[in-house]
Amino acid sequence: MTVTAEPPVVAHPSEELTGVANILKRPTKTHGFWSWFTTVDHKKIGLLYIITGVIFFVFAGLEALLIRLQLAGPNGTILTADQYNQLFTMHGTTMVFLVGMPIAVGFGNYLVPLQIGARDVAFPRINMLGYWVFLFGGLFLYSGFLGWNAPNTGWFGYTPLSSTPESAGFLPGDGASYWTIGLIILGIGSTTSAINFITTCLNMRAPGMTLMRMPIFTWMLLIIAFLTLFAIPVVTAALVMVYMSREFGALFFTGAAGAEPLLYQHLFWLFGHPEVYILILPGMGIVSEILPVFSRKPLFGYTVMVFSGLAIGFLGWGVWAHHMFATGLGPVTVTAFSLATMTIAIPTGVKIFNWVGTVWGGSLSFTSPMLYSLGFIAMFTIGGLSGVTHSISPADTQQTDSYYVVAHFHYVLFGGLVFAIFGGMTFWFPKVYNRMMNEKLGKLGFWLMFIGFNVTFFPMHFLGLQGQPRRTYTYPEEAGWTTLNGIVTAGAFLIALSVLVFVINAFYSWKKGPVAGPDPWDARTLEWSIASPPPEYNFAEIPRVTSRDEFWHRKYTEDDEGRLVRLPAGAAPAIEEPRDDVHVHLPSPSYYPLILALGLPIMGYGAVYTTYWLVALGAIVFLFGLYGWAVEPDAE
Amino acid sequence: MTTTEPQLEPRHAHDLEDEAAVGTPFTNAKLGIWMFLSSDFMFFGAFIAAFLLYRSRPQPGVTLFDVVDIPFTSATSFVLLMSSLTMVLSLAAIRRGDMRRMRLWLVMTAVFGMIFLGGQIFEFTTFYREGFTLDGNLNGSTFFVLTGLHGLHVTAGIVWLGTLWMLSVQNRLTTHDEQKIEIAGLYWHFVDVIWIVIFMIVYLVPAPG
Repeated sequence: MTVTAEPPVVAHPSEELTGVANILKRPTKTHGFWSWFTTVDHKKIGLLYIITGVIFFVFAGLEALLIRLQLAGPNGTILTADQYNQLFTMHGTTMVFLVGMPIAVGFGNYLVPLQIGARDVAFPRINMLGYWVFLFGGLFLYSGFLGWNAPNTGWFGYTPLSSTPESAGFLPGDGASYWTIGLIILGIGSTTSAINFITTCLNMRAPGMTLMRMPIFTWMLLIIAFLTLFAIPVVTAALVMVYMSREFGALFFTGAAGAEPLLYQHLFWLFGHPEVYILILPGMGIVSEILPVFSRKPLFGYTVMVFSGLAIGFLGWGVWAHHMFATGLGPVTVTAFSLATMTIAIPTGVKIFNWVGTVWGGSLSFTSPMLYSLGFIAMFTIGGLSGVTHSISPADTQQTDSYYVVAHFHYVLFGGLVFAIFGGMTFWFPKVYNRMMNEKLGKLGFWLMFIGFNVTFFPMHFLGLQGQPRRTYTYPEEAGWTTLNGIVTAGAFLIALSVLVFVINAFYSWKKGPVAGPDPWDARTLEWSIASPPPEYNFAEIPRVTSRDEFWHRKYTEDDEGRLVRLPAGAAPAIEEPRDDVHVHLPSPSYYPLILALGLPIMGYGAVYTTYWLVALGAIVFLFGLYGWAVEPDAE
Repeated sequence: MTTTEPQLEPRHAHDLEDEAAVGTPFTNAKLGIWMFLSSDFMFFGAFIAAFLLYRSRPQPGVTLFDVVDIPFTSATSFVLLMSSLTMVLSLAAIRRGDMRRMRLWLVMTAVFGMIFLGGQIFEFTTFYREGFTLDGNLNGSTFFVLTGLHGLHVTAGIVWLGTLWMLSVQNRLTTHDEQKIEIAGLYWHFVDVIWIVIFMIVYLVPAPG
């Protein structure tokens, strides 16, 4: 393509609008504040997901600090029992549905199209819908806090506690209704984004980007998209049953009517255990991208990594009942699920050995993303080992509902997922903002978090084995848990400090950080082969992919002895220069996904308070968004 | 590596024929709807499982087996099945470029769907009058939520078909848009298939004991 003097950058079709579509003209602005409300650009949506997720992470952290203040000493009086219930419920719900899942989806949104050499995702407007549904669903859940009316059943919402009608005086407030409706709304968002990711990964890859050349992070996103697709409807069904029982007197879980309260637990954990892998697999993907770059070696055993990810995805469906060992399932069931749970340790162990193999013999540079990744391996391994102790059912019946379990899942989800998220944010920051994050602050943040994390969660193992129960808002002095709880609370504040350091670092580096350029880490995958920040159209020319770690092989080759040799400049078109002559038809922004999403919380409030005119109003907003969407001219 | 010459060119420059076309043979929209339907399948699966779990437990009051009218429901089920036929005819018509017939079959499909829904509403009111209710016993809870959600799916399908019909009348839907009919059709057939499963499991399996 020759450079012409023509100025147009990106062509957005501006067709004549007729009829209904005239009510709102299709927006065209792609820059400025208001463009964020109508954007269908996967990179902007990805950032929206991540930034919103980090804000919810701060909320969840504040809830955790309040919980820890309450438990710092015996007979705490900072919170009432009911407030404590709401805080730990919302802490868990937030971390799972409003932090872990959306931030992973945010990384996926930003990176998957760049890593597979695509210009956008398969369904840009559905992608936009997913974000707004997530945001409104999250705000809907949090609106319960106005008047201390937030969800208070625990993030799992066990029946019959959650499903008994409020009039029975079983559980005060509308919390359980907020929780069921809020999770149904969030599930809609997750399902749309899963459909979008699957279609994008399967259909939008650049020529030559075969499945076994896909970067490992994209692979993990594809796997969790399938898990989300099949797990979310199961919990949605369970939530509908809870809602119908609570508001309309259905008897799904009423023991007096001969029902089986365990039905709910089976349905919930049939979702809940795949959900655990939905949370951790993206973290594994992020780490698998970072380690090779800073070890200057390809990922050890790429194929095995892909297949062990798939194995975790499959096996994850057959282990749900290990969350229910204490409910009296009977020896045969318990044994079967015990064994199935132990087998999960095999693909997980394979992954850990592969990470070690990646680092082994590499020329390592200990940048802060690398530190977070190494921290991930160590902490996740500890969490994995305590996880295996849960699979042994006699031991598990001792550990159930104690702080030992709290220690375990924080080691895998905080030591695993959150470390990976912070590592990933530091790693890709230069790509997004074209500025490096400050390394000194980055390392300070990492060590504060690493120490704070261990001070917080390691003593919980002991507390659990000494018998401190979860979800209990206070404890007597005679229990002898005072010292360790004090240490745990101090650790929690160290974590808070480390997050503060990260946030300050991010703002400071966003303004003042040194300019990064397209490929500051000498990295391996395609997103580094384009300008930072990536232009709106991503790739001026769709890349042709001929190997795994495509970008690396454009920069390096090997000599006779297998040593790395950098290709002379100009030997291969390694980095694509930004150009202003690209004529790419990109999908136009739209208002309608936002409007459609807005209908959902309105219907939600109507459902919580069984106010039918509000449901009708929400349905009208929803349908208006749907029809506007349907008649909006297509972008292509 | 056993090559003799230093390779100071991209290692992969030789195998450019390797740039095989990737992707599935399906369009994005079709792959997307299949994914959605597979997800929806799990949704119904949970309710069907709940129904099966409770159906043979002894329960107080009126159960489905006391009030069910199999010939009536068979008739409405037959109408719903026929609507899948008209849906196929509609798709065949737009593939021939015959928009008038396409619209006709679309309307027929929606009307069949409405007859089915009308039958369901009639059935629900009859059941309630005879004392078989949502909050009466487990059988009622599982039955009404399962079939009610199926009814909601049929309603959504009717709205979808009606929208396509309206767009076609306004000339916003042309012969190029056959995929839009096909995708609505996939959803419609899915709702039918789910009904076949529900009809057999809920209605046709004889009363326990």
